[in-house]
Amino acid sequence: MADKTHVDAVTGTATTGHVWDGIRELNTPLPRWWLWLFYITIVWAVGYWIVYPAWPLVTAFTTGTFGWASRSAVVTDLNELKTLRAPMTTKLAATALADIKSDQALADFAYAQGRSAFRENCGPCHGAGGGGAKGYPNLNDNDWLWGGTLEQIRQTIEFGVRSGHAKAHESQMPAFGRDGMLKSDEIVTVANYVRAIANLATRRGTDLAAGKKLYADNCAVCHGAEGKGNKELGAPDLTDGIWLFGSDEASIIEVITNSRGGVMPAWAGRLDPETIKALAYYVHTLGGGEK
Amino acid sequence: MSLWHKHAIFEKNSIVLVIGVLVVIAIGGLVEITPLFYLKSTIEKVDGVRPYTPLELAGRNIYVREGCYNCHSQMIRALRDEVERYGHYSLAAESMYDRPFQWGSKRTGPDLARIGAKYSDEWHRDHLRAPKSVVPTTVMPAYPWLEATELDFAHIEDELKVNAALGVPYSPEMIREARADVKAQATTDAPDAAALLKRYPRSQARDYDGNPARITEADALIAYLQVLGTLVDFKLYDDKANIR
Repeated sequence: MADKTHVDAVTGTATTGHVWDGIRELNTPLPRWWLWLFYITIVWAVGYWIVYPAWPLVTAFTTGTFGWASRSAVVTDLNELKTLRAPMTTKLAATALADIKSDQALADFAYAQGRSAFRENCGPCHGAGGGGAKGYPNLNDNDWLWGGTLEQIRQTIEFGVRSGHAKAHESQMPAFGRDGMLKSDEIVTVANYVRAIANLATRRGTDLAAGKKLYADNCAVCHGAEGKGNKELGAPDLTDGIWLFGSDEASIIEVITNSRGGVMPAWAGRLDPETIKALAYYVHTLGGGEK
Repeated sequence: MSLWHKHAIFEKNSIVLVIGVLVVIAIGGLVEITPLFYLKSTIEKVDGVRPYTPLELAGRNIYVREGCYNCHSQMIRALRDEVERYGHYSLAAESMYDRPFQWGSKRTGPDLARIGAKYSDEWHRDHLRAPKSVVPTTVMPAYPWLEATELDFAHIEDELKVNAALGVPYSPEMIREARADVKAQATTDAPDAAALLKRYPRSQARDYDGNPARITEADALIAYLQVLGTLVDFKLYDDKANIR
């Protein structure tokens, strides 16, 4: 530690007064512009404390002279959005599902709203494009478990399938094997009969006549004598080549043994009625919508 | 020597520096954390939020164990796009029985604050076992061991006791019945479901993992996921009373 006023000869800058083995440390001052910005931020912070919620006190915190709160701000934002969409949403609410497509502007709106709601809410099960997955129906084809008219689609979205909602689609296929209603060889026989009516190869030596009898006694009540299914019960058409849980013998045996029944949640309550309407319209346009 | 030169004391004496650092951090803590414990406005008054059932609590432990919070938040912020996508913004009251909370700080996957009842149990099973089987573009890793591993709930009472000691209102009865409640909630049409429902309103008893013979970690985790965000009825919730 030596003289504080020492000025470095080369740069002309004062040094800190520290000396290490004869080496001195320059005391270069902060740039003025930087220093002033620093002071301004401090003043800015004080202003911030005054106008925005900041300091905790004894019973509450200071609310700020602007009266801003994130929770009222989001309500304002949402109300603005509502106002912005109001002309179309009111129209959508007032228009019957079947008439949406005759108004091009409304149809575009319903399609756009339905599409974005679909991706967030329906896509995880039915696929982003509605293509479905094993156990989750494809919505692009014209095969519908519970009906594919606009009204039926809306009803399914609103109340779900086996969702626990009072108005949900309900049906339960019996577990023919697990509950001992059919013996395992009978299940193999009837599974092969089901493959036969679907025009798929059957295991050699299967007694299809016995299978037909078993089918008529156990399956026909829901799936129909011809295997064409029943949309009232959500019983799939067995002859159309579209299989929710697989068409190989083992998969069919598994379904007959332990039964199947997918669950779709009810969306009433989570989504508003207009969004559900838009979704029904969107799903109907995916490819398989029925009149 | 002006005040500016007093810092030499801190620079030359490490103990003084450490004490100085502690004092500065303590001021920060006092101002930012302490008020949350005494300000009444911290936690909203809402109906419906209850402690987790023992099965949900076990599922929550699995959620923590598997590090779900690394990619999923449970915090819907009061922003328009978040409310539009996920539903009502999260309330402090909704995580008041979380020890610790699972708000998270990063979203690689979507927010899970209101995932409850959004998808079916079967979807959760498929998705945990093989996420790409239902969402082909996902980067979420698979958790196939959950449905293959028996849930270890031998010490679930202790879990409840620790939570009770930390202020979660678990009654002695809840602690006593904890193991029975795990079994009841993981069973479809369980005879004890009514007692469970009385202790834990809005709890749902069913076989979550699709295997009635076993209570697995998937049972617990799916039970936990299916209750998230479902306890507050926002039709009855007074938004205006809790603007702050």
